[in-house]
Amino acid sequence: MDLSSNLILVIIVTSVATFASRFLGILTAENLSDKSKIFDWFNCVAYSILAALTARMVIFPAGALLESTFLIRLIVIAICIIVFIYSKKNLVLPTIFSFIFLTFLSNMN
Amino acid sequence: MINRKYFYQGLKSLISSRSPAIALACSFVALGALMHNAGFNIQQSTASSFFTYALPGQLVMTESFLVGSSLINIFLSVWLVNFRLYPMSVALVPILKHRSQPRWKYYLSCHMIAVSSWLIMKDNYKKIDQKFRLDYWLGIGCGTLSAAVISTFFGYLISDYLTAEMMVGLAIVNPVYFLCMMIGAMNNLKITIAILSGGLLGPILYLVTPEWSILIAGIVGGSIAFLIKDKKNGSI
Repeated sequence: MDLSSNLILVIIVTSVATFASRFLGILTAENLSDKSKIFDWFNCVAYSILAALTARMVIFPAGALLESTFLIRLIVIAICIIVFIYSKKNLVLPTIFSFIFLTFLSNMN
Repeated sequence: MINRKYFYQGLKSLISSRSPAIALACSFVALGALMHNAGFNIQQSTASSFFTYALPGQLVMTESFLVGSSLINIFLSVWLVNFRLYPMSVALVPILKHRSQPRWKYYLSCHMIAVSSWLIMKDNYKKIDQKFRLDYWLGIGCGTLSAAVISTFFGYLISDYLTAEMMVGLAIVNPVYFLCMMIGAMNNLKITIAILSGGLLGPILYLVTPEWSILIAGIVGGSIAFLIKDKKNGSI
């Protein structure tokens, strides 16, 4: 198989594997009330998974973030959280700031 | 068909002070650049963001492709890494549901489930009339999906101008956004415990089983949070 059609197959396979989880979720939730215990459990699990994912991204990163040290990442994140809290939960400021600050610190190394 | 007022209201969440646009743009610009370097062409890269629209899965796809994994292996690793979308969609659909909404809208809307759009919806849904929540959600979803696709396109084009340091800077934006959103969501005991226990268990379990750590941490952490609140309710 040539490279281009192989790449298209890879994209299709990835999309199907991703859509499967979303679609399965819709089917599971079809007769579920937002006041039921099962919904409540899924809600807790979803938040917990997101927290686990985020913590993993910061503590054991993959890809480009490996080029920064844990201490530097921690400092950037701590300052961004302070900006977030003191800017009445504005999200645009900390996100822009995190990019500029970490790029700057990486350039210094 | 789609209530315009609520659709635009959802779309407008992208230009608010709590907009996910910067976080989305940064991570998908980096992805576009990465796919360029991996040998995908511009159509394939933007199509991938449009049809998959889940960053960790697309990263796994790019890496697996580079090391020459088989299709079945790519399928399984993407499925595992994106399985978080399953509990997320189960925890979303019941708050969107209304008997007046046609079925096709649910099927369309499930493609737009991603961490950023999900967190915005969870943040705002109580303010929206249940009858129109699905339209509001479609507005958020179309906005975030478009931002991701446009950013991938842009990232692909500018990949030659992105330095290694800028790639590091781009990579921190998404975790910062998720963290701030989650701190904002910690307004009741149950969610707070779910977030703290998941955040603690995830990295610990990563040392034991990197592939399954997030899923197991989520199930255990979520169950702890679920049970704690249950007990409290019982005693009241």
